Amino acid sequence: MKKKKAKGLGIGPRRVIAYAVLVLMVFLCLFWFYVLFVNSTRSNGELTRGFSPVPSDNFVTNWKNLMAGTLPVWNGLINSAIVACLSAILSTYFSTMTAYAIHAYNFRLKKAMFTFILMVMMIPTQVTALGFVQLVTKLKLEDSFVPLIVPSIAAPVTFYYLKQYMQSNLPLSLVEAARIDGSGELHTFNMIVLPLMKPAIAVQMIFTFVSSWNNYFIPALILHADKKKTLPILIAQLRSADFLKFDMGQVYIMIVFSILPVIVVYLFLSRSIVGGVAAGGVKG
Amino acid sequence: MNQKTNNKKAVSYNKWGYIFLIPFVVVYVVFQLIPLFTTIYNSFFEHYRSGLTQIGPNFVGFDNYKALLSQGDLLIYFKNTMIMWIMGFVPQIIVSLLLGAWFSDPQLRLKFTNFFKTVIYLPNLIMASAFAMLFFTLFSDSGPMNSILINLGILDQPFKFLSNTWSTRTLIAMMNFLMWFGNTTILLMAGMLGIDTALFEAAEVDGATSTQIFYKITLPLLRPILIYVMITSLIGGLQMFDVPQILTNGSGDPMRSTMTLIMYLNKHLFSKNYGMAGALSVLLFIVTGVLSMIIFKFTKSEND
Repeated sequence: MKKKKAKGLGIGPRRVIAYAVLVLMVFLCLFWFYVLFVNSTRSNGELTRGFSPVPSDNFVTNWKNLMAGTLPVWNGLINSAIVACLSAILSTYFSTMTAYAIHAYNFRLKKAMFTFILMVMMIPTQVTALGFVQLVTKLKLEDSFVPLIVPSIAAPVTFYYLKQYMQSNLPLSLVEAARIDGSGELHTFNMIVLPLMKPAIAVQMIFTFVSSWNNYFIPALILHADKKKTLPILIAQLRSADFLKFDMGQVYIMIVFSILPVIVVYLFLSRSIVGGVAAGGVKG
Repeated sequence: MNQKTNNKKAVSYNKWGYIFLIPFVVVYVVFQLIPLFTTIYNSFFEHYRSGLTQIGPNFVGFDNYKALLSQGDLLIYFKNTMIMWIMGFVPQIIVSLLLGAWFSDPQLRLKFTNFFKTVIYLPNLIMASAFAMLFFTLFSDSGPMNSILINLGILDQPFKFLSNTWSTRTLIAMMNFLMWFGNTTILLMAGMLGIDTALFEAAEVDGATSTQIFYKITLPLLRPILIYVMITSLIGGLQMFDVPQILTNGSGDPMRSTMTLIMYLNKHLFSKNYGMAGALSVLLFIVTGVLSMIIFKFTKSEND
């Protein structure tokens, strides 16, 4: 709509409008986190007195209180890290393998398989959650991380991205050359294909890690023991506790605690992540 | 696609195609396909817990579907989900189109675009439940937002954001907007950069303004990507769960006006009403299935 106002405007004014809108959006994106970080440095008493934009000095105290509290936050962090890391590794390794199978070989079911994966790509995990939970119960895998990690091996979206990347970045002549040198197929895959796919794998690893780290729906249905809970479940628990009894400083610290790892990863890798999103569009 | 690799050799290697597919197929069948079938199977049975007694499973045919569709609840929750999705999606697509056009406009030569892109994509990676928890504390009756708005003189007394239907829905829509507009911007921008620049140059030579170029060239050529973005966002919208669940503590308050379909499903799953949960899942499966078929058709025709 702003575009309309810019009709006939010169470059200068248009640039000013663009910057103004961008600055507004940056503000909208960062403001909440600024308040979060400021409030995490304030004591409960200071917080009840109203908002002040200046950080205080209670960060460490809040941190200690959280650690001494009843929520198993360290466990939660470790659990989340285990699940997210293993999911990311397994998902990317086997998705690359699946993509390679479809990309490099000719077999009868190849087309059918590819079409099938594309068709099921958009089906949300929630609609099979009922059967999934029943299966997990039957296999006695409740309170285990297996049902949160192993299913990530079959990740159609990751597969699709890697397949697209392979199409333009993995010359089959290299595979041929390896065969002539007597390399076995699995060896070729591990030693030649995987290294060539590194950039795409890294991007997908990050995405799988983040979505697993943030996942709440399925883990909440499977993990019941306090020691096994992941961070999103602890956040939900914090929400359902009568929060007024709580020390609000601790609540803020807990939120910081659960989003900080992802923010740190993002700060280092933002360029390849944003590039990965762009490449994952509907080009193919 | 790999063009006919030399046939003779290929033949002996091709069994490896199947071998490499085994992990995917096994895991998919065990953890997705079997659960899908048992979910469908469950939807035809009466199977729930009433107090301590277990009712069923008794085969009841389509009774669960009938019950689901005749009770008004499903319709209310569907309406809630759609309202909140639209409230988030409309600003999202407008802002994303604008930002995408600006980022990809070579005349404008914006600076710091990497910084802007990095910042607007950031909320997408934030844990939705933590983000919702943050908004819950920020917008609580005695929380920082009320304190700020009073200090600025915008409000006289605290506004109960979470006790009012439309303010709660607006908060949820706003969170969804913040989490997804960066992603959409980057997708649309990639699409816009893919448009042949000769088209823009030709239009400029003919004296078209930037507005005309946007409406007459950019938008029509972006149509496939716009449809893709819209349908994936709709599928995502139907799955809306973490944000309203945490923000309202699973109650969908005020007056169930923010209860979404998946929150409803989650309720049935937790109360172990498998029949109803099954029927609801199947309905959701059908809707998302139809929507993804549309995407599939589109990306397919783009390919050929």
